[in-house]
Order: sequence, then C-alpha cells, then structure tokens
Amino acid sequence: MSAATSATGSPQVAGRARSGQRRKQFDRIADGLLFGVCACAALLGVVLMLVIAYQVVRGAAPAISAFGIGFLFETTWQPNFGVFGAGSLLFGTIVSSFVALAIGAPIAISIGLYLSLLAPAGVRGVIGPLVEMLAAIPSVILGFWGILILAPFVQGTLEPWLHDTLGFTPIFGAPQTTGASVFTASLILTIMIVPIIASISRDLFLAVPRDVQDGASALGATRWEVVRGVVLPSTASGVVAASLLGLGRALGEAIAVTQVIGAGSAINASLFKTGDTLASRIASQFPGAITGMHKASLFYLGVILLVIGLISNLAAQWVGRRFDYQRMAAK
Amino acid sequence: MGRPPLRLPADGGEVSEIGFDPAAPLTASGNLRRRRAFSRVAELGATGAAFFAVAVLAIVIYSVAVRGASALSFEFLVTGAPTGIAPALVGTGLIVGVATLIAMPLGVLAALFLTEFASERMIRLSKLTLDLINGLPSIIIGLFVFGLLVDHHKQSGFAGSVALAIIMLPLVARGTQEVLLLVPANLREGADALGVSRWRTVLTVILPSALGGILTATVLAVARAAGETAPLILVSSVFDGKEVLFKMSEAMPNVPVRIFQLSEEGNPEGIAQAWGMSLVLITIILLASVGARAMHARSRRKMSS
Repeated sequence: MSAATSATGSPQVAGRARSGQRRKQFDRIADGLLFGVCACAALLGVVLMLVIAYQVVRGAAPAISAFGIGFLFETTWQPNFGVFGAGSLLFGTIVSSFVALAIGAPIAISIGLYLSLLAPAGVRGVIGPLVEMLAAIPSVILGFWGILILAPFVQGTLEPWLHDTLGFTPIFGAPQTTGASVFTASLILTIMIVPIIASISRDLFLAVPRDVQDGASALGATRWEVVRGVVLPSTASGVVAASLLGLGRALGEAIAVTQVIGAGSAINASLFKTGDTLASRIASQFPGAITGMHKASLFYLGVILLVIGLISNLAAQWVGRRFDYQRMAAK
Repeated sequence: MGRPPLRLPADGGEVSEIGFDPAAPLTASGNLRRRRAFSRVAELGATGAAFFAVAVLAIVIYSVAVRGASALSFEFLVTGAPTGIAPALVGTGLIVGVATLIAMPLGVLAALFLTEFASERMIRLSKLTLDLINGLPSIIIGLFVFGLLVDHHKQSGFAGSVALAIIMLPLVARGTQEVLLLVPANLREGADALGVSRWRTVLTVILPSALGGILTATVLAVARAAGETAPLILVSSVFDGKEVLFKMSEAMPNVPVRIFQLSEEGNPEGIAQAWGMSLVLITIILLASVGARAMHARSRRKMSS
C-alpha cells in the first residue's frame, strides 16, 4: 500500500521524471491545503460555540454586575423603574416546557411505536414524512395559527372542560377572557416537539433486533408485552435522550410562545393564566429596549437560556451516548 | 390456572412458580384474554396518536391555505407595502441566499474534515460542538449576531444572513457527513490503489458521488432557515418595506418578521396579509423539504445499489 502511494505520479519513463516530480510536489501542497481548509472549517464550529457564549455573557455584563445571582429569584420585571428579575420567566419557561413534554412525549413515543412496529410499509412511508413535516412548519406561522385558531378553541372549549372536570386543583383555574395562556403555549410547544421525539424514537425502535422481538412473541408475549418487555427497555436511554432534545427545543422557543402566552409577569398556579418565558421575553422586548440596563437584562436572560439549553443538550448527549441520535434527527 | 403467563414485568397477572403444566388445555384463559385486550388497546392508542399528529398537520395547513388563498393575488406578490409583499419576499430570498453561500462551503468542508482527516478525538469534539450549535435556541444566535454586528452599528440584511448561516451550518455539516460516510469504500480504495493523491480523490471521486446528498442537506437547511424569525427580529426588523431593496447593508424586509409584526399589531387587514404571507412561506418550505426528501431517497438508493 505504502509503496503504491510513494510511487504517486512518478511514471517509470525517465524523461517524464521531472514533471512527475513537480506534480508530486503540487499534490503535496494541495493535500496540505485541503487539510488546512477543512480543519479550519471544523475548528470554526468550536470557535463559534465559544464566541457565542462570550458575546452573550459580555452583553449581559452590566446586568450581571448590577443584579448578581439574585436576578434568578427576583420576580418583578419593570423596565420603566429599572427593576429586572428572571424569576417569573424562569418559572414560565419551566412550566410551559414540562407541560409540553408531559403531553408530547407519550404521544410522540406512541407515534414512534406505530411507525416502527405496527404500520404497514405503505402507510409508514406516508405518515412518517407527514409527521416530520410538522417540524418543518415555521414557528412564526404556528404561533400565528395558535393565537387566531387554537387559542379561541382552547379558551372556549378545552379550558372550560378541564376546569369543570379537574377544577378542584389550582392548576386548572378559571379560563381567562382571551385564549392567550401558558396552557396554549404548551400546546403549541407540544406540536413542535412531537415530530422531533417521534422521528428519533421511531429510528431507535427500528434498530431493535427483529429476532429478539420474535423470540418474545414466540414465548407468547402479546404485542404490547413485546414493546413493554423488549423494545422499550432496550431503547430507554435513547428515548430519554430524544425527550431531552425535545425539551431543549421547547425551552428555547421564542417566537411562537411570544405570540400565544400573553406576556404576563406574575407567577400563577393556574395554567390558564398568562405568563412568559425567557426566550419569549427577549423576542418581545428586545426590539423596543432603549435603556442599556434593559438590553443587558435581556442579554442576562439569554445567558440563563444558554446555560439551560446547553445543560439539556449535554444531558441528552450523555444519556443517549449509545445512540447517534442527532444524526437520526437530521434525516 | 392454565398455562403459566410469561415472566414479563408489564404483565400484572400472576407469575407461576411451578413452570409449565403439560396437562393444561391449549385455550385462552381469562388472563390471556385480558392481556390480548390490553395489547389491542395499546395498539389502537399508538395508531390514534399517529393519525392525531397527521390531523394536526392537516388542520394547520388547511387553515393557512383557506385564509391565505383569499389574500393571494398577482398584485400581492409583486408590489410593496401596503398592498403587497414583494420586498419581503426578495429580502427573505437574499438573506437566505447569502446565508447559504456562507454555510454550504463551510459545512461541506467541516464534514470532509470529519470523514477524511480527523482523529477520533477531533471527530468527537467537532461533532459535539456542531450538535450543541444545532441545539442552541435561535434567539441566542440572534443575541450573538446582534452583539457582534448590530450593536453600535445598525441592523442589516447581512447580519441576518450570518445568523441564518450559523443555524444552517450544523445541518449542512451533519447531513453531508452522513452521506460522505455512505460513499462506498471501494471508490476510495480504488483511487488509492491508482496512486491518486488525497485532494484529487476528494474533489473528483468523493464529492461528486456525494453531491446529491450534499444538495439534500443544503435544501433542508434552507427550508429550516427560511422560516426562522427569532434572530431576524433582533438583527433585521426595522424597515418600511415599501419598495424592493437589494442593499444587504441595510435592514431588509423579510417574510417571517413581517408575519410576526402583523400578528402582534392585530389589525384585520394586516392579519389577512399575514395569512397570505404564511401561505406563501409554508408552500415554499414544504415544497423544499418534500423535494429534498425525494432527492434523499433517490441518492440513498443510488448509493446503496
């Protein structure tokens, strides 16, 4: 092998030796160049990540030095008085995302099961791409649809029903006059995360060896028991990783949430009241922010969001390290 | 007690300690009937979930199509504000186009590095950062580009392109990497055996055979970037949108931000226009992603055959 490479471009004919030599030299330079350019491009990703973190922290510096870590727990946000705190936004972010995950993950995993184990090949080829298409709808359109179509339905039908049946818990309080609420935002986020979790978990389930499943069936397990006893346990970490990815997406969604959550500033137990999230507050107030401290505080929200986002992504990487799930998601 | 049930944790039923009883009749006991019924309910649930998701997609697209269609007209597509959206369409096209010009070469080169040159550790590091960038909330990328290019200067279409390029980069790189890994090893080995240098192999053998996949990844990334709103709100949202502009150094009108602004304003004419823009945007994006998928399926078949 190495002999063949060392003979690169050096023909046996003696007269051509010189041009072969030159060609070899040229090849060596070009090889080095290609390597260098590729390495720079790959390094750019690493550099980019660091520069993004640096830039966001730098933008937040005035707010960080003014409010310190107490910013996380301060719940008032009054730009006119120069009072800023992320407490209620942090609460809104976590509540809306976890509600979305609680609704979305079971649905998405069921879809994954249906697509990998139940659906006939023809149906799978249609429904799979359709579910993924849900992820292609831009968030601004989903949010626009959410406020004009979904919100009235939620406010007029879904919330009263939930309030009547489960109203004894403070979570399902009385519906408000508009449909803009944390609950509506959660539903929109659910629509956004279901296709992500569904397509990853479908690929995970498809990778479970057929003969293990057949073995369980041969022992008399019903289809559900095969899923519960073989498929889910062997892919559990991957499914958790997929859910964490979905969660990360929900935590960071700005536009669609801004449109439907109603920009409330208080912490409410009821899901049917307005609220706001970190990302959504940045999107809604940044263009109108005039004072330096207002901008810096929004950057501070960005820092918190960055940390949360990185944690959820790294956790997904770590939990799902057995599976190259991100590659699956890219498909 | 008939045949012993399986020792499966899901099965709430009794687990026999004795083992198999050869004398037991081979008919379904009540327990088995219950297990079967439960299984069927689970199957129905999974099927229902899948069809529910498709129904949601259908409802969203249907409501956009019905409301958007009434706003659509030739004039709507070719004039500026307040009657049309031509400046926003051109702006989105330019911003996304320049973003593609930035992201595609970088993404392909990064993928080449991952598959052709990198050591194991370098691959891990590079993949990790690409995945982290991919997972970053897009508003963070907006904040970054704002701090980098807009703060102390002014908003510009170019800043929007940079933001979208950052969003596209990991998608292009990972998609390209996936298809480069599919390039048959014997093509590489054949080139090596002929004594072809690395760069020639890459440029004349590997890249051409992966071209379909690279284009697919790029088109998918474009489809994703075209609808991104959050970063553009921070870096290219102050414009009047009356006439078509080609100056990337100014804030450019663009479709997603315009939809967002109109939906926040909430006056009826604006809403009607926003529906029309949504229909145009969703059509472009869905066509692009369907086309990319078809291309993907084709190039995969070609590669694996």
